[in-house]
Amino acid sequence: MRRHLNTIYVTTENAWLRKDGANVVVEVEGRERGRAPLHLLDGIICFGHAGASPALMGACAEANITLSWLSPQGRFLARAEGARSGNVLLRRTQYRAADDSARALAIVRNIIAAKAANQRTVLRRALRDHGAALAPDAQAQLQDAEQRLTNVVRRVAQAPDIDTARGIEGEAAQVYFGAFNQLIRVEDSAFVFAGRTRRPPLDRVNALLSFLYAVLGHDCRSALESVGLDPQVGFLHADRPGRSSLALDLMEELRPVLADRLALSLINRRQVAADDFTVSDGGAVLMTEDARKAVLVAWQDRKKDEIRHPFLEESVTFGLVAHLQSLLLARHLRGELDGYPAFIWK
Amino acid sequence: MLVLITYDVNTEDAAGRRRLRRVARACLDFGQRVQHSVFECDVDPARWAELRARLIAEADTAKDSLRFYQLGAKGRQRIEHVGAKPVLDLDGPLLF
Repeated sequence: MRRHLNTIYVTTENAWLRKDGANVVVEVEGRERGRAPLHLLDGIICFGHAGASPALMGACAEANITLSWLSPQGRFLARAEGARSGNVLLRRTQYRAADDSARALAIVRNIIAAKAANQRTVLRRALRDHGAALAPDAQAQLQDAEQRLTNVVRRVAQAPDIDTARGIEGEAAQVYFGAFNQLIRVEDSAFVFAGRTRRPPLDRVNALLSFLYAVLGHDCRSALESVGLDPQVGFLHADRPGRSSLALDLMEELRPVLADRLALSLINRRQVAADDFTVSDGGAVLMTEDARKAVLVAWQDRKKDEIRHPFLEESVTFGLVAHLQSLLLARHLRGELDGYPAFIWK
Repeated sequence: MLVLITYDVNTEDAAGRRRLRRVARACLDFGQRVQHSVFECDVDPARWAELRARLIAEADTAKDSLRFYQLGAKGRQRIEHVGAKPVLDLDGPLLF
């Protein structure tokens, strides 16, 4: 089993990253702020205005460490990539599968079914843990949404083509996010969820979700690259220049489990508060630097939690799930597995 | 697995000072300096073989002393730190 490797988050403005021997060193204004050996890392994420030396970029590419730059709010800006990019034979197979609508459909169905099943699990857990404390109409709404997601799981398996499957997925998202506000248990007008908004997020819950999705996206991308798949060629998401479609595909099944649940616990345990966010004139809601740090610490801790992988039947950390799913997808594309076993969380 | 590495390198001559730098450099590539000549290295068995071979090649075993303490899989829990020079938990969240 692969070891769960760590990620460095650089949140200080004007930081400079350089390579020293086999270490990455983070400097701020000429002073060393921290260092870590490269072999313990699988990613470095810079928020804001951090720079990196070419030697470090080269070493990261060589060691399969994904080095990305995100805006302070978590929007993807750029990444460093080396000369090699995965296994050319695997990538060719991946492109052929993406062009073969029957093969792509089978993968897409599994991804959407797993996503809806995981969304349903999030609702079910809320019903089980707090159902009794909910108002009757809230309880009814959650139960109704749970039923409809079960229905989606069943229907998507019969979807005749990818567009239909995408439509069913959109419907599932509407049902799920329609009930999402019932999962927030703090009595605070600052944390009312009235539907998903992005670019920019227009409320605190959306700002938190968008930030977590960006961090999850980085992890999915680096997981795909580390098994040799091309993150840009997806099945569910259409190709678009600069878009990591396959990373977005992989994220779908993991979002409810990794990001949504974490966002809910941060809010419900009051680990984020209303004043951890700033509202700009245009209505866009942004997280403060301290809040981003707190969320990243929670995210890293969450990745260390162990679960049982439903397909491999092995105990793994949440942080390794993206990597394992990439491996399973690569195996399916190579023909070693009949179908892609998307991650279903129980 | 966590390995604690300590060393005394004889620095009477220029060659000794060079060995000291090179031994420290090897440890730093794999782990974290916790005191002047003390390093904690979190390495898998293959990396440990590599590091150990490199250290032995760099040192002059007639003059220098190297000590390796295998702290095992739960090594981190056996460490207590008191006083100055706080060290980084390389397993924990790394935010800079």
